[in-house]
Amino acid sequence: MLSVVTFLPLLVCAVLLILSRVLPDRAYVLIWITAAAVDLALVVVLWAGFDTGGGTQYEQRARWIPSAGVGYHVGVDGLSLPLVALTCLLFLAVAVYSLREHRRVRSYVCLFLFLQTVSTGLFVALDLILFFVFFDLSIVGMFFVIAGWGHGERARAAALKFFLYTFVGSLALLLGFIGLYLAADPHTFDITDLTRAAPLAGRGAYAGLVLLAVGVGLAVKTPTVPFHTWLPPAHTDAPAAGSAILAGVLLKMGTYGFVRIAMPLLPGSWRRYALAVVVVGVVSVVYGALVALAQTDFKRMVAYTSVNHMGYVVLAVGAAGSLAGTDAQARSLAVTGAVTQMVSHGLITGALFLLTGVLYDRGGTYAIDAYSGLAAHTPRFAAATAVAAFASLGIPGFSGFIAEFQIFTGSLASRTTATAIALTGIIVTAALFLTALRRMFLGAARLPPTIPAAGITDLHRHEALPTVALLALATVIGVVPRWLLDVIEPAGRTLAGLVAR
Amino acid sequence: MSASLWLLISLPLGGGALLALNGPRFPRTVPALGAAVAAATLGVAVAAAVTRPTASAPLFAGMRAGLAVDGLSAVMVVTVAAVTTCVLAFAAGEFTADDNRGRFFGLMLLFAGAMLVTVTATTLPLLLMAWEAMGATSWALIGYWWRRPGRAEAADVAFLTTRTADLGLYLAAGAALAAGIGSLRLDALPHAAPPWLYVITAGVVTAALGKSAQLPFSFWLSRAMQGPSPVSALLHSATMVAAGAYLLLRLHPLLATTVWAGPLVAWTGALTALALGVVAVAQTDLKQLLAASTAAQIGFMVLAAGSGGAAAGTTQLVAHAATKSALFLSAGAWLTALGTKRLPALRGAARRYRLVGAAFTVCALTLAGLPPLSLWAAKDEVLAAARAEGTGLYAVGLAAAAVAAVYSVKAVRYVTRPLPEDPEHGYDTEQHGTRRIAPTTPPPLLLLTFAAAVLGVLALPGPAAWLKRLLGAAGEPGPRPWELVLSAGVALAAAGPAWWWGARPAPVPGAAARAAQGWLHLERAAQAVVVRPVLGLARALAVFDDRVVDGAVRQTARGGLAAARFARRLDDGGIDAAVRAISSAARSLGRWARRPQTGLLHQYYAQAAVCFSVLVLIILLVR
Repeated sequence: MLSVVTFLPLLVCAVLLILSRVLPDRAYVLIWITAAAVDLALVVVLWAGFDTGGGTQYEQRARWIPSAGVGYHVGVDGLSLPLVALTCLLFLAVAVYSLREHRRVRSYVCLFLFLQTVSTGLFVALDLILFFVFFDLSIVGMFFVIAGWGHGERARAAALKFFLYTFVGSLALLLGFIGLYLAADPHTFDITDLTRAAPLAGRGAYAGLVLLAVGVGLAVKTPTVPFHTWLPPAHTDAPAAGSAILAGVLLKMGTYGFVRIAMPLLPGSWRRYALAVVVVGVVSVVYGALVALAQTDFKRMVAYTSVNHMGYVVLAVGAAGSLAGTDAQARSLAVTGAVTQMVSHGLITGALFLLTGVLYDRGGTYAIDAYSGLAAHTPRFAAATAVAAFASLGIPGFSGFIAEFQIFTGSLASRTTATAIALTGIIVTAALFLTALRRMFLGAARLPPTIPAAGITDLHRHEALPTVALLALATVIGVVPRWLLDVIEPAGRTLAGLVAR
Repeated sequence: MSASLWLLISLPLGGGALLALNGPRFPRTVPALGAAVAAATLGVAVAAAVTRPTASAPLFAGMRAGLAVDGLSAVMVVTVAAVTTCVLAFAAGEFTADDNRGRFFGLMLLFAGAMLVTVTATTLPLLLMAWEAMGATSWALIGYWWRRPGRAEAADVAFLTTRTADLGLYLAAGAALAAGIGSLRLDALPHAAPPWLYVITAGVVTAALGKSAQLPFSFWLSRAMQGPSPVSALLHSATMVAAGAYLLLRLHPLLATTVWAGPLVAWTGALTALALGVVAVAQTDLKQLLAASTAAQIGFMVLAAGSGGAAAGTTQLVAHAATKSALFLSAGAWLTALGTKRLPALRGAARRYRLVGAAFTVCALTLAGLPPLSLWAAKDEVLAAARAEGTGLYAVGLAAAAVAAVYSVKAVRYVTRPLPEDPEHGYDTEQHGTRRIAPTTPPPLLLLTFAAAVLGVLALPGPAAWLKRLLGAAGEPGPRPWELVLSAGVALAAAGPAWWWGARPAPVPGAAARAAQGWLHLERAAQAVVVRPVLGLARALAVFDDRVVDGAVRQTARGGLAAARFARRLDDGGIDAAVRAISSAARSLGRWARRPQTGLLHQYYAQAAVCFSVLVLIILLVR
């Protein structure tokens, strides 16, 4: 079942490639939408049959490279199931958003179908090498999306930077995986076995180096300060659909790696270096928010807020490794908050990036100064962006608050000063979103000269549907979060227990 | 039991969300629908106040979203729902067809609904959710006329200021969990052990002072005046600013447990009542005067909460809610009719529209603390609580009461003077006035005015004892008769000279007058101390990010390219050159070896002879 969910998009991609080129552009996108919808429906079935207290479920194992201890092993638990669902939903949203795409549609659709398999596969992988393969392939897929469908020559440079930077990160990750493999007896890359054995327990410096390699690899992908500078150009020059996937799904691969690999496999080192993780998280929170505040380009600003939002996740997972002065409730609250934040950020920032795509489509620029009083011309676009901005700045009623409240409340006991500093991030985020909203959407109407005299059109249906759907789900989580937390909490408790052993 | 409680919050929240989303489709019926939802909410609120329901639902691990109506909440839900109903009934006649009434009425209901959740929440997470949602809707309401310059900025200032203070509640939640109060129930917070107790208290107090526009956060209230008048009427009376006072009244056991918190809160309230009262005196804009007076009057509630006078603070809150909402409705009615809120231009406005004028006068005299109106009695309850804490507090409170009389009388004096020769000259400074009072104005205005006048009965011995029992504060001191007489005397003694002095400039140095006029320059100070440094830091960090962090990455890439070029040179000029040298040497060797191969026999014989001779020579030499 899980393998079907994972490889269905790739299968569709293969069929599209084999089929002749006679289909009209729109047909490709419609096939894509159908495939994504079926995939999402399958995930809903998985979710319905998921036993919240039952640990890892829907497991599948197959021999792959037994001589090297590599197997095909997939399964989902409360940490990965929400992210699998998020992935399928975001790809469906992006598919609907891409209905009007007209540049090399067949390749575009195939690339995104490939990316969906890769992303889903990463979240269900329970083998380090399988994880690594998907991790690397996601970089390859996104490289072509940015280079092929981004904004001109600069996009190719940004894509190259993105590829090389994150590829270096993935090499560090591979180094760490090999370190884990060598320490295990018998040698294996299986995450479940490694979690049970915790082979590096009590191996001070060696374990520290392995954690460093894994940590740097994941930190580049997340990204955290100071490894974040590939993110703004990649986002700014990527097409809206690519940005939404990059921020909504690909960034989660880094933070998911922390909760799936770094914490349960290296609990001792994680606890020892928890302070370093917390510091990186807090610096990402405050630095990301402040740098975002100074941006003059709306999309670049949203990109930097991703650094800020991922910083909360890093802070929480670091605090979950700090045992002193805290109890199990606080630690599992922090972990639950971190996973909720991944889902929440995917929904909200995904919607925000789709909306910036609308902005670029209408005005041809992301410069905040180029617009004023847009709400007069495009009330629905303005309303959607305002809602997304408020959701992103963590107003209760949206998923962001549910995540951030748990993170702050769970982290404060063990890391009081750090959490108190991180709290200022939410006020800076509020300031930057309100300032941008005010400058672009409110006040006297003034449009950039690039907009035709006929005026500016409000959200089309294919633009409104995905963004409103994403924001609606963020609202549902914000108002009635239990259905999501019921899935995450047991896994969060388990993880907090694994780290504390 | 719990159904009525869920209904109480879902009516305004759900109805508000529906109106905000779908309002533009049926603009004509929106005001009636909005007022109807508010009235239904009032009915449910009254029922809830009688039946005292409780409800809860799971929220986070170990923390529930709890709601309950106890004595204090019963008073609050009725007050909030009643004021909301009156304000929405008034607002039905305020908007033109061009305005998006669905957005206005929907947001107003959401705003009031958030306040209802705030006053019924029994756990900190739910309280914080409602608290912040209220702030967000206040942003949308203050910036309602977003096309006009400055409105959106005012909304930003209000939201960012209150949210900065709200961080205190996040801090308090984390500290409560750290202190082992896993349920985050409000009534369990005082059981926390130091030092977490101090963190909880500091966080709660900061959030409450920010929301209530107490010193040093008061400036946002001045900016909030840019919103429509009904928004001011609701925001300044039963919601938003009242939320801070409510929180302190709700958590006064926490203030009592933390030794330093009570005096800190009490003195902040007393000083705000005094200082913002002086600010109110200096204003020449009616809405600004009323805004500053709100901060000052809320100061009395904060003073009560800090002095342990829960019943006194609640009485003051309810009486002030009725008074201030009626005052803002009057100001709003004049603004709509005459297009101005400048006090000099409003000369004689009460004579022109006598009904509104009468309501305004009664409410302003209530605000002045004149007997036998409600705030006179309520304030004496507060002052009695303050006197139990210390004479200093009592004296400052009494001084603040005198200032209240001065600013109230100032406003009354302007609007009740005879109309000037050419009143039209000063009108229409803000908007184009309609020169009429809408038919929807008098009923809610008169209702609120009536309440403002008579709510003082709550301070009579019988009702006061009932209220204290209701709030579980039976042992609270009440005012002695001499205190009532003294405060009435002070109010009258301040009101008389203020009337006589009239519009002449105040006998104080220019700098002090300008400071009072400019709200003590609090916003400028916040700009200088917080906003500009943060913006500067942000810009510096952005440059740092581009030049240094990303610069390092670019340098690494350049370093990689340079290393590659060096390797190419090494490869081409070193290794490959050596290979080429060897091959060319081999080639020249071959060339030399080819030279003797001529194909001529005599030359071969000659070569053989030479070689033979050399061989002989070598043998001879070696032997």
